[in-house]
Amino acid sequence: MTDHVVHDMPVSVAPARWQDYVQLLKPRVMSLVIFTALTGLLCARTPMNPVLAGVAILCIAVGAGGSAALNMWYDSDIDARMRRTRGRPVPSGRVQGADALALGITLSLFSVGLMGLAVNWLSAGLLGFTILFYAVVYTMWLKRSTAQNIVIGGLAGALPPAVGWAAASGTAPLNAWLLVAIIFMWTPPHFWALSLYTQSDYAKAGVPMMPVVKGAASTRRQILGYSLLLIPLCLAPAFTGLGGAIYLSIAAGGGAIFLALAARLAASRAGDVVDERLSDQALYDVRAGGKAARNLFAFSILYLFVMFAALLVERMLGVEPLHLLATLKGMAL
Amino acid sequence: MSDPWNEGPKAAAARRGRSIAIALGLVAFVVLVFVVTIIKMGANVIAAHPA
Repeated sequence: MTDHVVHDMPVSVAPARWQDYVQLLKPRVMSLVIFTALTGLLCARTPMNPVLAGVAILCIAVGAGGSAALNMWYDSDIDARMRRTRGRPVPSGRVQGADALALGITLSLFSVGLMGLAVNWLSAGLLGFTILFYAVVYTMWLKRSTAQNIVIGGLAGALPPAVGWAAASGTAPLNAWLLVAIIFMWTPPHFWALSLYTQSDYAKAGVPMMPVVKGAASTRRQILGYSLLLIPLCLAPAFTGLGGAIYLSIAAGGGAIFLALAARLAASRAGDVVDERLSDQALYDVRAGGKAARNLFAFSILYLFVMFAALLVERMLGVEPLHLLATLKGMAL
Repeated sequence: MSDPWNEGPKAAAARRGRSIAIALGLVAFVVLVFVVTIIKMGANVIAAHPA
């Protein structure tokens, strides 16, 4: 076993409560996964038994929780060194590493198995791949070895819409992968904006995040580059019969704000000072120097949420999706 | 509150909470499997005997 599991048998400071095990599942991340998976499931526009749809979402949520527990088990040494994460159940000693590992494996196996038996095996396979990718490829390999960790590892967080789509329809067409691509391309500007003002944590823990390895200026330029790639992708659903007029207006308007914030960040000196946070746990309270990064980080969450919410609202209101690509083709002929 | 391992009231309460959570989880899982089985079997019955 590698030397990372130095906190596997910590001195327990308090008896583990059931809430500690819930915390192992990263409930806030889980809620985002549920939201994006539900969007994929409904955007498939395939009739599905509502109970089985609920089971599919439950399996995706439990699978996300299982992979989070595996992440908390493996990363307990890193978490113990970072101010934002040292209060987590394993590094704080409330839950033993072996218990987190057992919970993660159990939930992962049960979620994939139930998804396959109750829904279909394509969605189960995609769910299993997502869990493995997050727990093994990202957590155990990429996170500690390359500055591209969250770029490649972002695939795990991007896949839930495709899992939801596959659960509803038994297929994973281009539009499902378009949703995946949007989250995938959104991840680098989102996480790097955060890491620009929390980089001291990553440096202390030895995690090669982009600002630590390449410096703040390079990270700010790369954020702008990824943002320029992201916005056309966000507009694409209106061209491929996925998003309607509501979606298009939100993706375009929000995209313009996103680009403006990314450009302002690129022109700023955010991250040049190692840490701009006002307190240990602060995600949003920063000094003046870190505000450009904080603003993009906060807006990125809102942008992704509102775009996916627009797709959900359009589906519920029966708004017809646009087919601008077909329209353009028709005009060209 | 029962404390068979003489571990103190705080640890006993935590153990009881964990035990209840596991019990509720297991019951929920059994109910879920039952409901899914009924739905899947129901679909097969309808497919075998179309109206």
